[in-house]
Amino acid sequence: MNGVELRGVTKAYAGLTVMKDINLEIEDGAFLVLLGPSGCGKSTILNMIAGLEPVTGGSIHIAGREVTELEPDERDIAMVFQSYALYPTMSVRRNIGFGLKMRGMPKADIEKRVDEIGELLQITPLLDRKPSQLSGGQQQRVAIGRALVREPSVFLFDEPLSNLDAKLRADMRVELKRLHERLGRTIVYVTHDQIEAMTLATKVVVLDKGSIQQADTPENVYRRPANKFVASFVGAPTMNFIDGKLVQDGDGIAFDGGSGQLPLASLPTRARDLIGQPVTLGARPEHLMFDDLGANARVLLAEPTGPDQYVRLAVAGSEVTARTGPEQHFSSGTDARIMIDGARVSLFDPESGRAIL
Amino acid sequence: MRFNRLALYGLLGIAALMILAPVFIMVSTSLKPMDEIRDGSIFALPVEPSFDAWREAWSGDCSQTAGGNCGGLSSSFLTSVKIVIPALFLSVGLGAVTGYALAAWKMRGANLMFAALLVGMFIPPQVTLYPLIIMVRELGIFGSIPGLVLVHVIWGVAFTTMMFRNFFKTVPQDLLKAARIDGAGFWPLFWHVMLPLSLPILGVAMILQFTYIWNDFLLGLTFGGRSGQPMTVALNNLVGSQFGEKEYNVDMAATMLTALPTLAVYLLSGRLFVRGIAAGAVKG
Ligand SMILES: Nc1ncnc2c1ncn2[C@@H]1O[C@H](COP(=O)(O)OP(=O)(O)O)[C@@H](O)[C@H]1O
Ligand SMILES: [Mg+2]
Repeated sequence: MNGVELRGVTKAYAGLTVMKDINLEIEDGAFLVLLGPSGCGKSTILNMIAGLEPVTGGSIHIAGREVTELEPDERDIAMVFQSYALYPTMSVRRNIGFGLKMRGMPKADIEKRVDEIGELLQITPLLDRKPSQLSGGQQQRVAIGRALVREPSVFLFDEPLSNLDAKLRADMRVELKRLHERLGRTIVYVTHDQIEAMTLATKVVVLDKGSIQQADTPENVYRRPANKFVASFVGAPTMNFIDGKLVQDGDGIAFDGGSGQLPLASLPTRARDLIGQPVTLGARPEHLMFDDLGANARVLLAEPTGPDQYVRLAVAGSEVTARTGPEQHFSSGTDARIMIDGARVSLFDPESGRAIL
Repeated sequence: MRFNRLALYGLLGIAALMILAPVFIMVSTSLKPMDEIRDGSIFALPVEPSFDAWREAWSGDCSQTAGGNCGGLSSSFLTSVKIVIPALFLSVGLGAVTGYALAAWKMRGANLMFAALLVGMFIPPQVTLYPLIIMVRELGIFGSIPGLVLVHVIWGVAFTTMMFRNFFKTVPQDLLKAARIDGAGFWPLFWHVMLPLSLPILGVAMILQFTYIWNDFLLGLTFGGRSGQPMTVALNNLVGSQFGEKEYNVDMAATMLTALPTLAVYLLSGRLFVRGIAAGAVKG
């Protein structure tokens, strides 16, 4: 069992609580992504796992061993930073080997390990350069090499791709995923980029204001967001929210947004219990479909993006975005008819924001 | 445009002339025998240049001059070297380690220490001279080279600590975190990561400390006693204590001999010095 466990972990800076009661179980071999906006406490959690920040309360366990009071180098972890944090005066070779040297490994063994890592990451020709002679992407490879060479139970990544340009970021993402599949080690990965989270994670933990909002597979976080925060943070363009209530509509159920009704085809039958009470409807752009049997809507603006187009619509007294293929042409000011896929929408309690369906 | 250039070079030329004129007078006077000095203008070039005055200033004996403080500067030059080398390495070395500890590690009382350093940097030495004398006397090393070295280290370490602390504060936190994860403790982090980073600052600190200590007069006069008399104090005695006619050529030569080591250090390390300044060594 090489997983990580956080039990009731809290963190306060000068009496100000920034993390409240974090309970998290990370299975052996998982690729866990901590996702959330800037300042929500992602790095703080990672630093507490690493031992760089002491916890205020609770305990941390790595590979079945309590490590709460241990120094970072005693925890069997390695970390990769957003800024790469390579030692500027050392060659790439010495950078990668430094952790092994500090552990007293014989020189010949270090050389061998560094060479292996160089080959694995295809940085062998760079081994004798200084970090300042490398591009950002190469520096990040070296930083990853420095983590790999120690063969720890757990790898910690703090926004490792944020400083790379878009193309390189996409390439590195693929490489990281391959690396994880190949090594099978536990990874805890911090990012504010939902695409990274969705593509890399075996499990996503969405954080806001120092507490866990949802911890689940990427699919479930996307399809069944636990609350409005998760629903709006994950997915682009963001989910449409409309306040109103459910009403009976012949045999089925419709949503009444105050100034018009929207039919919700194939809403689960459980939703009948909610008829009459105020709810917030959450529908992703792809849950809105253009259908001649749907409700009346007015086209405000169409944004083609290449493979898709996003259409801004006024419907039932609200503005929403629908996603559709590029074939159909929409002109601003014309009428359209839309239907909502009731099987896929979310319903939230308007007070607490919690999902109720 | 061209006029501006001309004006600029004109001004620079005048400034250079004003600085170089006294140097020229010193060099030329030191090369003249006494009768040329007596009869000629001070701007005149030596007619029969000779190094007799330099020889006299360096290794002259007391046979021609009366009084207690006579003789060349060669023995006090050695004394100065014996003072500067340990004082230099101790003050810079201690400053580097202390500055590193203050900047990179969480220490109890670090703020208090920092305030003390500021005070230490801005109090003129004259103010604490008397308590220092008592302290050094109680240690039993007053009037000796070790006593003077100690005082120089005490005076230098506030300044060097501040310099290194300010530099190490600019090292990114992530780098320190990476080193902790790699298992580098206090000394390995200092030795393998921080010290190599600080080489330009180390150079500037060495040069400045060398200059301060070599040029010091007050502390040398107060704490050196007879056995620990540095070159500056010996120069003062030589220039001030001659009876009869003033030997300007010897005085000039002796003064230049005393200034030569710092001049040499600046000339040899000019590049490094400028690089260190650019790296932010002497800010705030
Ligand atoms: N050293 C510190 N002192 C005081 N507050 C801090 C410190 N480090 C982080 N915080 C606070 O803790 C919260 C979480 O920070 P962080 O974990 O860095 O966020 P993230 O990595 O998600 O952007 C923020 O509100 C931040 O202001
Ligand atoms: Mg962060």
